Formats: sequence, C-alpha cells, structure tokens
Amino acid sequence: MGGLLASAGWQSNWASVLGESFMRNAFAAGALVAVAAGLLGYFVVVRQGEFAAHALGHIGFPGATGAVLLGISPLIGLGAFCVVGAVVIGLLGSRANERATATGTVLALATGLGILFASLATRTTSTVTNVLFGNLLAVTTAQILVFAGFTVLLALVLAVVGRPLMLASVAPEVAEAKGVPVRALGIVFLVLMGLLVTMAVQAVGTLLLFALVVTPPATALRLTARPSRVALTSILIGLVAVGAGLTLSAMFNLPPSSFIVGVSFLVWAITLAATRSRFPSVEVAHDHDHHHC
Amino acid sequence: MTAPIELRDASVVLGDRTVWSHGTFELPEGSLTAVIGPNGSGKTTLLKMLLGLLPPSSGSVQVFDAPPERGNTRIGYVPQHYTDHVGNAVRCRDLVRLGVSGTRWGLRTRASERADADAALAAVGAADYADRRLSQLSGGQQQRVAIAQALVGRPDLLLLDEPLANLDLRNQREVVDLLGQLSAHGVTVMVVVHDLNPLLPHLDGAVYLLDGHAHYGPVAEVVDAELLTHLYGTQVKVVRTAQGDLFTRGA
Repeated sequence: MGGLLASAGWQSNWASVLGESFMRNAFAAGALVAVAAGLLGYFVVVRQGEFAAHALGHIGFPGATGAVLLGISPLIGLGAFCVVGAVVIGLLGSRANERATATGTVLALATGLGILFASLATRTTSTVTNVLFGNLLAVTTAQILVFAGFTVLLALVLAVVGRPLMLASVAPEVAEAKGVPVRALGIVFLVLMGLLVTMAVQAVGTLLLFALVVTPPATALRLTARPSRVALTSILIGLVAVGAGLTLSAMFNLPPSSFIVGVSFLVWAITLAATRSRFPSVEVAHDHDHHHC
Repeated sequence: MTAPIELRDASVVLGDRTVWSHGTFELPEGSLTAVIGPNGSGKTTLLKMLLGLLPPSSGSVQVFDAPPERGNTRIGYVPQHYTDHVGNAVRCRDLVRLGVSGTRWGLRTRASERADADAALAAVGAADYADRRLSQLSGGQQQRVAIAQALVGRPDLLLLDEPLANLDLRNQREVVDLLGQLSAHGVTVMVVVHDLNPLLPHLDGAVYLLDGHAHYGPVAEVVDAELLTHLYGTQVKVVRTAQGDLFTRGA
C-alpha cells in the first residue's frame, strides 16, 4: 500500500502544503467560482445555457493568449472576449444554438487563433496549458479580488433581474406579452455567464469548465426544483469539488483540475443513480396519467 | 360596458404579405370564441395583435376600450408549445406564481401571491400536483398548469393558442369544460383550435380566417357545412345527433 502511494506521488507533508499561501489563494478563488456558479447555475440549466458556457470558454481562449502576446494580463483578455462573445451570442439569440455547423466552425477558428497567438508570443506554453486546463495554484491575490468583485456583481444583478429572468426563461412568450424585456434579459444573463466563465477558466480551464459551471447546478436540480435550494445545493457541490480537489492535489502533488472535475463527476453520477426512480422517462410519466374532475 | 375585443376593418401585414384584412367584429363579454382557419391563415397573429406584440397595419383594434399594449394585466395568455421551455426545472407552484410575480424586479416577495397561485391551481383542478415538476405531468395536466399561470392574475380576457393540441379526447373534454366554466364566470375566452368539435358544447361563436379575411359568426352560423368545407378546403359535414349534439366531420 505504502509503495503504491509513493509511486502515485504521495506527499506525506500534504497537510502543511494546504497551509501555504498559494493553497489558501486557491481555496479562496475556487470557493468564489463555486458560489458564482451556484448563483447563476439555476438559470444556466433552465435556459439550457450549457452550449453558451462551452462556446464562451472557447471564445475566451484567444483572448487570454492574445493578451499575453500584447503583454497584458490574460485575465483581461479572457474577460473581454467572454463578455463581447456573450453579447454576440445574445444578439444572435437561439439561432446560435441551431446553426451547429456555423457555430462549430467559429469556435474552431477561436481555438486556432488562440494557439496562433500563443505561438507568436514567447514563453507561453504554460499560458496555453493554464487556459485550457486551469491552474488554481497560480491564482494571485489581485485575481481573487477581481473574482470577488465579479461574484458580488453577479449576485447584485441577479437580485434585481432574477424573477423576470426566470419568467423569460421558462415562458418567453408569456414574458414578452407581459412586457418583460426578454431579449435584453437574455443578453444580461450571457454577460453574467461571461464573467463566470472568465473565473471558471482560471480554476479548471476552458476544456473542463463544464464541471464547475454546469455539473453542480444540474446535479442540484435532480435533488430539488426550488431555485434557492438549487443555488445552495449547487454551491455546496462546487465547494466540495474544489475543496476535495485541492486537498487531493496536495496529497499527490498533481494539478488540481483533474481532481476537481473528478469529484464533480462523482457527485453527479451518484446523484443520477440515486434519483433515477424520481425521474421516469416521459413515456412512463404519461402512462401514470391520473385525472381530476 | 363595451365589448372586450373590438376590431374595425383591421388588417395585418407581415413583410409584404397581407396575412388577413377586413377584420371587423366584436366579442361579447364572457363569451367563448374559437379562432379557426387553415395553417398559416394568421390565427396566432391575431392573438399577438391583441397582446400588443404586433400592431395592426390598418384599421383599429381595441382591447377593453384601448389600443393593445404589452403588459396588459387584464389579459391571460397561454401560448402554443408552452411547455417546451420549462423542461424539468420548475415546480408547478413556482411556475404559476411567476404569472404574477414574474414582472417584478428585485427580491421583494408578496405573501398574497402564494395564496393566489394556490387558488389558481385549485381552480383548474391541479392542486394535487402543485409541488411536482411540469415534466413529470401528462399533457392534460401540463395544459391545466399553463392555464393556471394565465389565470393567476385574475384576467378578464384569456387567450389560448392551440391548448387542445396533443391531448387525448378525455383531456380535451376536461380542458374545454374548464374553459366553459371560466366563460360562465364572466371571463372572455378566445381559443385557437384546429378542430371545432371539442369546443361545441360551450362555444358562443368563432372568428374564422378565410380567403385572407377575418370574419366573425355566432356558433349557429359558423357550424355550417358549406362554410367549413370552404374554410378547410376539404369536404366537411355537419351532423346533429338525435340528442341534439352537434359535430362536424370530414366527409
């Protein structure tokens, strides 16, 4: 057992590693991502925004590497591309979802540009890896402050637009008839998503951000449909994934992203199995049709 | 009291196509009116006009003595394919409550809205599944919840777009009986349908969109073999049973 652990890179001093300042930063940044993802998560799932999350991750990639090429912080480039990309997707509306070929082509172009920018800039192999797979262990105090600002902004905006956004999400035609600005709310939602993706990319990277942005709220929704409980449960799942992921990363001296994604997946898989009986297929639900007069 | 809906020579143009014109009719308060016509004849367009989502290209449209305007709280609306967006994410209770709270910004909640939502769910016979999610319900149950959301603001006019689509006969009858009760309580109900038959027991009249014109007729006039044959472009017979029940069928 001991030999196996040693060959897997077991770090007997992992507990003291957890106390290091870079670890404390990682916990703080990861926790902020979990909170922001949980707050927005209900809407991500209800609006079927999984596609947008995925797309924004790709769009942000050339932003981050382009920023390095220009000699500015990748976080700025990432954030700018994500927010502008969010507005563009919002203006295209649901059509962006339907034009699968066009969208896939544009996203491929974005990734290609990202690699190109990275190649043009020197000393950026680590940037590419960091953007694609995240690196919580490299988060600076300044970035944590930016993350905190994003999270507070996201919470404030949702506090104001939450209910109309919910109506616009579940019953867009009704919302429109009631005078709710459905289209504008869709863009506001996507810009918030852009901020969240900017944070999540830092934590787990563009390729893995699904695990923090979509999986926790989707898992929470299996357990409860009350918006506030979905948010709380989702935040809790995100915190567990980040906390356990970072701890495992310290134990085995390996990058935390894989562990975070792994824990998130495990919680999802267990929840899926445990709630199977509560979500029969639609056909079965119709067979159990009962009538009231 | 003037009519809840009044059209005077109204027409609607989408792009360069006149969808329909010469719309002149008024609907009596508390009536149950069907909107019928072939596919693409502008049935949904008529509802959108009444909701203020689409202005008439000419003529006048009045809803409760005023031009249609978005956000009219006297109107309840049940769009077609209502349940497509909801999926698995919302409890019926929360969905119905959004019918009154969903237009309000900020975090403030009103306790009365919870009671209103419960009352609306009870009124449509959906109280038993208030805590379930819409996707867990049958088509007929989903349609009731959709109607409850439209009713929760206590509208005087209810507009429904194809509420009977994809329902079996029993569920169709239950939804129609519910609409009949509402109109008996003074709610003016306008409902887009493909088939008049399920509505006939409660129907007062119909707006029929024919040859690019919007006509209105009381039920005795509309349920006419010649008119329906012309309307659908296929032979339709009107049959009256020995019990006095009226129905139409393709010949």
